[in-house]
Amino acid sequence: MSVPGGSLRTTALNGVHRKAGAKMVDFGGWDMPVQYSGILDEHHNVRKAVGLFDVSHMGEIEVRGPEALQLVNFLSTNDAARLQPGQAQYSGLLYGHGGFVDDILVHKIDDRHFFLCVNASNQDKDFEHIRTHNRFDAEVEFAGERYAQLAVQGPSALQTLQKLTQTDLAPIAYYHFVDGVVSGAPARIARTGYTGEDGFEIYIAPVEAERIWRELLEAGKEFGIKPCGLGARNTLRLESKMALYGHEIDATITPWEAGLGWIVKMDKGDFLGRDALARQKQEGVKRKLAAFEMTERGIARDGYEVYLDGQPAGWVTSGGPSPTLNKNIGLCYLPSDRAAIGTRIEIMIRNQPAGAVIVPSPFYKREK
Amino acid sequence: MYPANYSYTKEHEWVRLEGDGTGTVGITFHAQNELGDIVYVDLPKVGATVETGKTMGSVESVKAVSDVYAPVSGEVVAVNETLSEAPEKLNEDPHESAWLVKIKLSNPEEIKQLLSAADYQSYIGAE
Repeated sequence: MSVPGGSLRTTALNGVHRKAGAKMVDFGGWDMPVQYSGILDEHHNVRKAVGLFDVSHMGEIEVRGPEALQLVNFLSTNDAARLQPGQAQYSGLLYGHGGFVDDILVHKIDDRHFFLCVNASNQDKDFEHIRTHNRFDAEVEFAGERYAQLAVQGPSALQTLQKLTQTDLAPIAYYHFVDGVVSGAPARIARTGYTGEDGFEIYIAPVEAERIWRELLEAGKEFGIKPCGLGARNTLRLESKMALYGHEIDATITPWEAGLGWIVKMDKGDFLGRDALARQKQEGVKRKLAAFEMTERGIARDGYEVYLDGQPAGWVTSGGPSPTLNKNIGLCYLPSDRAAIGTRIEIMIRNQPAGAVIVPSPFYKREK
Repeated sequence: MYPANYSYTKEHEWVRLEGDGTGTVGITFHAQNELGDIVYVDLPKVGATVETGKTMGSVESVKAVSDVYAPVSGEVVAVNETLSEAPEKLNEDPHESAWLVKIKLSNPEEIKQLLSAADYQSYIGAE
């Protein structure tokens, strides 16, 4: 156990988490709650009711100007030209060699203004990356300090948040957002999330975070809302097979390998990494991300080796128990021609091989 | 919280001497609380020999794996089988019903090297 040192970054809600007795961890340099009532309890609560997450550690970058679209489209894999104002898309920031700088959400405010939500531990790197490649008539602003971000997730998320806003939430489609007011404070209300459930992510001024956090917990009381930590966020996203930077994707992994070809629009014009992706597609993608569940006792963890026919063949990117399915699950990289559903693999768990099988993914998909 | 008749390690195991040459071994309340929801317990088999300070098994929470070290040397004479089906009992009752193994001590003097309840509590308080 380690006591957080002065070097850890904190969100506006740090004191709230500590006072409430949440268990805190160093998460990529941020002092964040890993759990409140317990990961399993929080996980089930999000699937069945509603949970509230502080995700203010996530970074925000604003891109403005006459050529904001050109800059965003040159640096991201998805096609931001297809966005309408008030719409968001999942996208990749790539290096020239085709590996990931980060995975991001691109929100289009208007033709001259895009709002990027990026990973906490990548935000400084992302900002530098975007600035370095900005040969367009666009301004790039690091806005992480101007926003706190709360995620309200679960089947009762809409009813909970609706009590605090005049904005009619029901018409906001998935991956769309509205700039409105929550509890009297300006808020960007996006129907996005990282849990596989319906829900919203709201961007507010840090000074409002504590009050809105408390009001959301009060508003959600009748639906059984619980504050949640990053532990449940991870088990929820894993069941939904959402990538986590540093695990499924990093500088050495391309979107083709990660099963993220759907966020790559090769026909949109040139973008950083496009040549490398074209080359890899032509030469053949040699490895791919596959989902597995354990068939023998044992829990696969991040970094464990994967064996095929007694030979090392890949590695686990994320693994752990699935609270919803009550199975031990994971994601791993395997040679593309050996990753078919039904393939038997072995995970080396502390020098002991344990059987697993490749299964369809995502592991969990909510009923709509 | 921490029974006075138990001995403790800095790795958060406890031993209770049973007066018949065996000791019952478990993990502490503090250990299970730090780990969070325990979902998997891996223990040695009956008949296995364990050695003080060496890994004898593991306990896994949703989040992480943690080694369990043998607090005393000897032969494993019993394993708490209920934990393989209900590992969550380690969160509920770590000092009593959710014991891990019983060990026939090969060197009972080793127990003197362990911490008293008071020493363990001040140790975790300062950790």
